[in-house]
Amino acid sequence: MAILGGATGAAPPASPVKAMRRASLARRIATAGLAHESRVWKIGGWLAASVPLGSLVFILVVLGHKAWPSVIVNGTHFFTGSAWKPGSTYGTTVHTHGFAHPAGSSYGAWPLIAGTLQTSAIAVVLAVPISLGAAFALTERLPGWLSRPLGFAVEILAGIPSVVIGLWGVLTLGPILAQDVYPAIADHMPDVPVLSYFRNPVGHGEGLLTTGLVLGLMIVPIITATTCDLFSQVPPLPKEGGLALGMTDAEVARRVTLPWVRTGIIGATLLGLGRALGETMAVAMISGAALNTISPNVFGTMGTIAAAIVTQLDSSFTDGTGFATSALAEAAVVLVVITVLANLVARLIIARSARHGVPVGRAG
Amino acid sequence: MAVIGEPDRSATRSRRRREVVFRMSTLVALVLVVGPAAWILLGVVLRALPHWRWSVLVTPTQGAAGGLSNAILGTLALMAGVLVVAGTLGVLAGVFLSELAPVTGRRWSVTGILHSATDVLAGVPSITLGFVGYLALVLALHWGYSLLPAVLVLSVMVVPYIAKSTESALRQVPTSYREGAEALGMRQGYALRKLVLRSAMPGVATGLLIALAISSGETAPLLYTAGFTNTLPKAALIHHPVAYLTYPVWNFYDYPTPAAHYLAYDAALVLLALVLILLIAARLVVARTQRYADR
Repeated sequence: MAILGGATGAAPPASPVKAMRRASLARRIATAGLAHESRVWKIGGWLAASVPLGSLVFILVVLGHKAWPSVIVNGTHFFTGSAWKPGSTYGTTVHTHGFAHPAGSSYGAWPLIAGTLQTSAIAVVLAVPISLGAAFALTERLPGWLSRPLGFAVEILAGIPSVVIGLWGVLTLGPILAQDVYPAIADHMPDVPVLSYFRNPVGHGEGLLTTGLVLGLMIVPIITATTCDLFSQVPPLPKEGGLALGMTDAEVARRVTLPWVRTGIIGATLLGLGRALGETMAVAMISGAALNTISPNVFGTMGTIAAAIVTQLDSSFTDGTGFATSALAEAAVVLVVITVLANLVARLIIARSARHGVPVGRAG
Repeated sequence: MAVIGEPDRSATRSRRRREVVFRMSTLVALVLVVGPAAWILLGVVLRALPHWRWSVLVTPTQGAAGGLSNAILGTLALMAGVLVVAGTLGVLAGVFLSELAPVTGRRWSVTGILHSATDVLAGVPSITLGFVGYLALVLALHWGYSLLPAVLVLSVMVVPYIAKSTESALRQVPTSYREGAEALGMRQGYALRKLVLRSAMPGVATGLLIALAISSGETAPLLYTAGFTNTLPKAALIHHPVAYLTYPVWNFYDYPTPAAHYLAYDAALVLLALVLILLIAARLVVARTQRYADR
């Protein structure tokens, strides 16, 4: 009665016997509820925690099932061919290996795969040094009253929707770069290997370099935030020891802080890479969303797998045999495999580092 | 001949120079991060404000012009759906992974596999989630463009995020709380609800707010699941398309008419305001709890 006072003790009981009966009933319900609560948590938890695994299996089964005709008909040509040809969707239907597809249709995704890798590589190469520098400035150099609002600015950059970044990239950044920046670079580049990729024509600001720049901008907050966390976990004693021995800040950063968190930074980089590989909307708006072109220099239009899916899925249904959708599904499987591989490598590196090394003198 | 004890001045000078370069480059890097963020925000706001009309908030879209009330309400409906579905699943999954999952020393444990699956799902590109939602839910189940497939796809996208943030919030609750609860004879479920989860609430709430911010800014998973409509959202889970705020940005930015451009920028402005409110709310939750913790 005393324990359940809140539930039953509000009104004074009319008869003690009745009150006892009511109390025992309430208590029975309460204890039953409590006894089951743990079980409810456990069952609900099991179900909810299985959702990600279930979703992954579901995604692979649905995409794999849809992609199967394309896998069989296109074969390895899918990875080496560089033409995305839907064929004549109003013409005759032919059968290859038992799968119907329009005459003349053949799909090669090499330009899309290459474009995905190129833009992501540019993004990572640009984003990693900038993120590391910014993280150093935020955690080690600036006073708290300055670094806290600037840290929030990084968080905002991470939160800006990718269509809004795409809108800015295609209507504000792209034209400025194409008019003022790219010509200045392209006109002065010598015709030697590597640098010749930076020669004319510069195009209209929609293309490989602009996309890479914007993707870099989008993954900077991810890498910066993770690196800031890592840097703030480095204990102060080794750093102070380095300073006491006469090392400069730059030397402490290079010889103490960075080695301490090296694997974490590799992991953060690969997470950023994963995001860049799968980014869709901004790339679809800025890259030119081409299907069959590998850009001859860094300024030309191109496409990525993700951008191709979002721009082509609608029109792929004009193919009554479903073969165009099947090819897109195969491209999606390739994209998932690439991003998941990047992710798994990141986790492996982090896990391996966690198993091996407690650096000497690590203090809590 | 060098005298012992005399400092090597050229080495000192080059070290000093390197130090200056290092300090400058960190500041430059910071400017390169914060500058574009400010540029994007200002660029969108300055292009949206000159033709901003408040009526945009209350009139629905008509063709490539009109207002955004349908999209605003649709986005709010999607967010509510995500909060219910992904919030429940994500928090439960986080509680399970942190508190209830069996811990074994073996390399391949069920818990480890569930953990890795959560990490891997977080890395799957959102467009493929939309693709699968389209093939399986919109077409195969005949749900059509509608609220339910959109909410489910968005939820699958943010469940790993909510689970991770819930898990890390729970891990920061001191073990002594759980031991104290057990010593007092509380059942595990009761202690979880009344004590552990309540202490971790700010972290959980922050994760939920950021997950909402992510899902409100998504486009790729919605294009082929939610569809778009000029009418206000109906009280129907399936068969009725739902408008959302990112669609006008994506669809109208390359239209030839100025009215369409205005609408794209208006939608971007409303989106930015929405995301900012959510991020600031998340910050406030954190700041508030830190103030309590300091006492």
